[in-house]
Amino acid sequence: MPGLEDLYREIILDHYRNPRNRGELPVPPAHRTEGFNPLCGDEVVVFLELTDGKVTDVRIAGQGCSISQSSASMMSSAVKGLSIEEVARLTRAFKDMMSIHESSLEGADADSEAESELEEIELGDLEALRGVVKFPVRIKCATLSWNTLSQAIEDTLADS
Amino acid sequence: MDHPLDGTVVKKDFPLLGDLRPDGSPLVYLDSASSAQKPQSVLDAMDDLYCTSYANVHRGVYRLGVEATDRYEGARRTVARFIGAPHEREVIFTKNVTEAMNLVARTWGAANLGAGDVVVLSDMEHHANIVPWLMLAESVGIELRWIGLTDDYQLDLSNLDQLVDGAKLVSVTAMSNVLGSITDVRTIADAAHSAGALCMVDAAQWVPHLPTDVVAMDCDFLGFTGHKVLGPTGIGVLWARSEILDAMPAFLGGGEMIRDVRKDGWTVNELPWKFEAGTPPIAEAVGLAAGIEYLETLGMDRVRAHEVDLTAYALDTLTARFGDTLTIHGPSDLSARGGVLSLALDEVHPHDISQVLDQHGVCVRAGHHCAKPLMRELGVGATARASLYVYNDRSDVDALADALAATVEFFTL
Ligand SMILES: Cc1ncc(COP(=O)(O)O)c(C=O)c1O
Repeated sequence: MPGLEDLYREIILDHYRNPRNRGELPVPPAHRTEGFNPLCGDEVVVFLELTDGKVTDVRIAGQGCSISQSSASMMSSAVKGLSIEEVARLTRAFKDMMSIHESSLEGADADSEAESELEEIELGDLEALRGVVKFPVRIKCATLSWNTLSQAIEDTLADS
Repeated sequence: MDHPLDGTVVKKDFPLLGDLRPDGSPLVYLDSASSAQKPQSVLDAMDDLYCTSYANVHRGVYRLGVEATDRYEGARRTVARFIGAPHEREVIFTKNVTEAMNLVARTWGAANLGAGDVVVLSDMEHHANIVPWLMLAESVGIELRWIGLTDDYQLDLSNLDQLVDGAKLVSVTAMSNVLGSITDVRTIADAAHSAGALCMVDAAQWVPHLPTDVVAMDCDFLGFTGHKVLGPTGIGVLWARSEILDAMPAFLGGGEMIRDVRKDGWTVNELPWKFEAGTPPIAEAVGLAAGIEYLETLGMDRVRAHEVDLTAYALDTLTARFGDTLTIHGPSDLSARGGVLSLALDEVHPHDISQVLDQHGVCVRAGHHCAKPLMRELGVGATARASLYVYNDRSDVDALADALAATVEFFTL
């Protein structure tokens, strides 16, 4: 059985206790998008400000467990200043690490170029969440904020 | 028969509840509010049906079919006895209590509720007793009213007459699956009837834990689910007064529920089969009856006394060890609650509590427990819920307390 230290790495607990970019942004210009984990009631609210195709600001509200909240906190630090394409690539890389990216379902169809590109992406702090995969029910906690961010970007683009 | 029930002894009848899992890890099962474990007698009864007497029911002239039918209908008799139903034909087998509530909303509701008609629910309902009514609110425009909570997590009945005034139905849980609060069903049923409304009871958390008497409750509909009463999944029960069931339109259409079918029409079968379309859950009914018989052997009064005793021990132990750092969302009055302990620690999210507890083999459920409106009233997103049943004993409670202490230690290092 995997141990608790596989799941609750020090850096995760640090983000949980001292969440980065916690709060709200004025809407508009920012966009507000809610994400729920229907299983456990975790809730992440992403406030996203996109300017010229770049994430100029992001804030996180909501409530949930250490994994969902620390993942949201790490994500907010990681995506600030990135272009939409860079965010998309990082999201793919992160979900790939959580091994629930579509390509793993599509199996052999995933083209190898994209795969090797993924491997080059620096996940930084986000790496600490790798152990979550050993606790399958918690994967949804870790990916909640990323799914909400993807939705927020879609909503923002649809509106503009 | 009056000696107290000993959970340590009862536990031995439940194969899954040996001290260790097959991989050698410990197991402390505290999630019976979600689903109960099964005694050997339930497994044997289902096995025996399949090994000796299985065939489809109500179909065969051959003896095997008759035997299977006898066992299936015998199960209905056992259920009727267990809940004090005046007539066997008032006991309808469903898939679970969720289907039982939906059956009432779809058939009685469709025939009797229109725009502006009022259904009264409470703030501590399970989604199974909310969503079917929200669906009717959307489709035909019924109006919902809600019985609120007191400071001690009971239903606030102070304005009950006002709430039920003009209502067509009052539908409430007999015991909250989050708080353990026991509802004064009789008072609510009386108020409903005075106002000309019917009363439905979601007894999913009541029937497993307290003696049930639908006549004494004086309700009109009552539903419960088999897997919480030591039975298998895939079976539930709807009981209702026969004159109401007779007047209700049928639910699903197909075999079993008809008397005659022609190319241009059909006529409905009599109760209870009117509401049992298709091949029913035969072995599941037999398993449910065996679970009920097991509880009858223990005695439901002793079951209740055991749970009150164990709940008292749990509340005392947890309060002594954790004081104000641990919130237990539920009534303090033992006579008004069951063995459901919804826990919240100051520093640790319920999801994380249950993760660390699992590391110690302690199974509790974390989340909103399918009662999101209640969670919003409580102002919490989730709780970690430990729930007690016949096979739990003080050592289980101690294991919970130890694991909680380890949780606090892990997260406050
Ligand atoms: C009070 C209450 N109502 C309804 C249900 C739903 O039961 P089932 O999922 O078996 O239909 C439950 C159990 O989860 C419950 O505790």
